[in-house]
Amino acid sequence: MGQFLSRHRILLPIFSLSVLLAATFYMQPRAMSYFGINLLFNLAVPIALATVAQMMIMMVNDIDLSLGTFVSLVACVTATFLNDSPLLGVLILAALILTYAGMGAVIHALDLPAIVVTLGMSFVWGGLALFVLPSPGGSSPDWLRALMTVKPPLVPMAVAASVLIALVTHLLIIRSGIGTVLRGVGGNARSVARAGWPVARLKALAYGLSGLFGVFAGMTLVGLTTSADANIALRYTLLSIAGVILGGGEFIGGKVSPVGAVIGALTLALAASFLSFMRLSPDWQIGAQGAILILVLTARLIFARRENTTG
Amino acid sequence: MQQSAFENDAPIVALTEVVKHFGAVRALDGVDLEIRPGECLGLVGHNGAGKSTLVNVVNGGVSPTAGTVAFPASGAPEALSAGVRSVFQELSLCPNLTVAENLRISHSGLRGPGWRRPARAEIRQSLDAVFPGHGIDANATVDTLSIAERQMVEIAIGFAPRGTEARLVILDEPTSSLDAGIAEQLLRHIRHFCESGGAVIFISHMLGEVFDVASRILVMKDGKVVADRTVGGFTRQGLVDAMGHVATDERQDPRGKAHAFGKEVVHTSQGLSARRGEVVGLSGLAGHGQARALARLYLDATSSWRPTGKPRMVFVAGDRTRDGILPLWSILRNASISILSETAKWGLVDRDAETSAAAEWKRRIGIRTEDVTNPVLSLSGGNQQKVLFARALASAAPVVVMDDPMRGVDVGTKQDVYAIIRAEAANGRTFLWYSTETEEVCRCDRVFVFRNGEISAELTGADITEERILEASFEMQEA
Repeated sequence: MGQFLSRHRILLPIFSLSVLLAATFYMQPRAMSYFGINLLFNLAVPIALATVAQMMIMMVNDIDLSLGTFVSLVACVTATFLNDSPLLGVLILAALILTYAGMGAVIHALDLPAIVVTLGMSFVWGGLALFVLPSPGGSSPDWLRALMTVKPPLVPMAVAASVLIALVTHLLIIRSGIGTVLRGVGGNARSVARAGWPVARLKALAYGLSGLFGVFAGMTLVGLTTSADANIALRYTLLSIAGVILGGGEFIGGKVSPVGAVIGALTLALAASFLSFMRLSPDWQIGAQGAILILVLTARLIFARRENTTG
Repeated sequence: MQQSAFENDAPIVALTEVVKHFGAVRALDGVDLEIRPGECLGLVGHNGAGKSTLVNVVNGGVSPTAGTVAFPASGAPEALSAGVRSVFQELSLCPNLTVAENLRISHSGLRGPGWRRPARAEIRQSLDAVFPGHGIDANATVDTLSIAERQMVEIAIGFAPRGTEARLVILDEPTSSLDAGIAEQLLRHIRHFCESGGAVIFISHMLGEVFDVASRILVMKDGKVVADRTVGGFTRQGLVDAMGHVATDERQDPRGKAHAFGKEVVHTSQGLSARRGEVVGLSGLAGHGQARALARLYLDATSSWRPTGKPRMVFVAGDRTRDGILPLWSILRNASISILSETAKWGLVDRDAETSAAAEWKRRIGIRTEDVTNPVLSLSGGNQQKVLFARALASAAPVVVMDDPMRGVDVGTKQDVYAIIRAEAANGRTFLWYSTETEEVCRCDRVFVFRNGEISAELTGADITEERILEASFEMQEA
C-alpha cells in the first residue's frame, strides 16, 4: 500500500480533493451544478497558474517569495497598460518574464540564496505595482474578460482551464526531454553540468517559465475580477507554495508534479469555499485553512514513513 | 570505424606536460599520458595523489593550468564528443528521475516526442550487456534503487552508446559499493569492451581487481606519475611500494592472543551482540540488511528526548555526503561536534577543549591539511572520512558503530585507521563494523554474516575466513 502510494504520488492529492469536494456537496447540494462548480473553482484558475509558476522554481531547488507581489504587479499592468495600449502592455509583460529569467541566471551564477533574492525582489515588484496603480482600479481588457467568462459545453470554464493547465505543464515538465533535464537540475545539478548542459541557462529557463505562468496568473485574475489593486494577490506567495506541497511536490530534490500542483491549488481554493459553507467566521478561516493543510501533509508523511519501513 | 581506430592506433587521448594548480597546491605536476584503443589503464595512488584531477583533466571537467589535452583518434576538440565517459566515485545520478530519464540527461540525441522508448531500450540493452540478470527496471525512479543498483545504472550509462559510441570510459572506484559477483561481471565486461577496441581508465583501491583487469598500470604520487608499466611489470608488493606506503601485506594477526572481553554491551533482538573491547564485524553481500541493522541499533540507543549527557554510541558514516559531513562547516567543527556536550561549560562551547581535541586527532589520524579551520570540503574524500573517524573517536562513547566507513579510502589511511581501531578496542571500546571488503571483516574478533536481512552465521576466531563468510552469504540462495 505504502509503496503503491509512493509510486503513484498523485493519489493522495486526488483523494484530498475528492473528500473536500464530497463534503462541500454534502453541505451545499446546490453547488453540484455547472454554475455552482464554476463559482467554487473560478478563483482557482489564477491560483493554479501561480502554483505552477512556483513549482517551476521549486523544481530547481529554489523557492520564490516574490510570486504574490509579482502576480499583483502583472494584474496592475494588465488592468492599465494592456487595456489602454496593448502593444506597450505586452512589451512590459515580456520584459517582466525576461527579468525573471535573468533573476534565475544571477541566482545561479553568483550562487545566491533564492530565498533572499526573491524576498528582495518582492519589494521591487510591490513598489512597481503601486507605481503603476496607486489606488485600486483599472479595468480588464474585453477579450480577457470574455475568455474568463466563456461557458464551454459540458464542463465549466474553471474545470476545463484546470485540466488544460495540468495537461500542458505535464507534457512540458514530465514528458518532454527538456523538462526532464530541468527536473534533473533539481535532483543533481552537478551531474547535469557534467553531462555538458549549461546549468545557468537551464535555471534561467526554469525561472523564465515561472515568470510566464506568473504573468498568466495575473492576467486571468484580472479577467475574473475586472479590476486590479497593488495588493490583489499577496497571499499567492504562500498559497502557491502550499499548493505545490499539497500536490505531492517537495522543497528539494526536483520532485514535482504539475498535475498534483493544479489539484493542490484547486484543493486550497475549495477549502476557502468549504469553510464559508460551514458558516465559519472569516476570522477563523485562515486558521482552519492551515489546519486542513496540516492534516493533508500529516497523512502524506505517515504514508511516506510507512513506505520507508516496509519498502 | 572502431576497427580503423584500432588499427591506426592513434591514442584516444594524449596529455602532454599537463600541470594543474589549485591555489598553492600542485595537484598535477607535469603529466604525460597516452591511452590507445584496447588498453585498460589501472590508475592507482593514495588519496590526494592527483588521480581525480587527472581524470577530470581527461574528461574536460577542469582545464589544465599548463600543457595540452588532445584527442587524436577522433580529432574531436573536447572530451564529450571524443567519446570520453566518466563514472564517478560519488554517485552522480539524479535521484528524482527514472533510470531511462537519467540516460536522457547525458544523451542529448534523444529528443522529440517519443524519446522515452529508445531511451528505455538503450539503457536496458546496456544494463543487460554489463550486468546480465540485473533485474533493474528502466522505469524505476533512481531513489527507489539500492546503492549497488544505482552504481550499476551509472556504469551502464557510461558504457551506453549515447548517440556516438563510448571510446574511453573512466571508472572511478566502480566496485566500491558492488558485491563480489556483480564486480566480477563488471570486470568481465571491461575486458570484453577493451578487446573490441574501447579503452578504460580503472581506478580502484582494491589492487586485486586492478591486477585482474588492467593491461597497464599507472602509479601516481603527489601529482606525478611515478611508474607506468604493463601489468606484468608489477608485483603486488612492488605496486604498494611504488605508491609510497609501507608494506602492508604482512598482516600481524591481532586475534592471535586470546582477548578477555568485558561484559556484553550491545544486544539486539536480531541476535547481534558485542562485548566490551570487542571488534564485531558485519558481513555478507552488500545490501542484505547490515546497514539497516546498524542504523536501527544506533537510532534506538541514541534517539532519546531527554539529553543523557554521555553518549552511548557514536556513528561513522560510509555514505559521507548523505549522513556524515556537515558541508558548510570547517574541519574543526566537523570533528568536534561529538564532544561539544561533553566539554561544554554552562551550556557554552568550550573553545579550548574543542581546538585541542581537533589538533590531537588531526595528528593521531593524520588529516592532511595545513589548518583545521579550513572548510571540510577542501579535503579529499579519504581525508573527509578521516574527519568522521576523528569525530567518532574523540567522543567518550563506549560503542562505535561503523557503516562501511572505508569506502574509497586509500590503503595507507586504512592501515592507520585499523591500528587506531585496535588501540581503542584494547582500551575497552567496542566496535561494530560493517564492511563490504572481506579482508577488513577478517580483522574482527567476531563476525555476523547477514543474508536477506537476517543473521545467517556467527563466526569467531579461526572460523573467520573469506570462505566461511562467502559460504554463509550464499548458502541458502543455492538451495
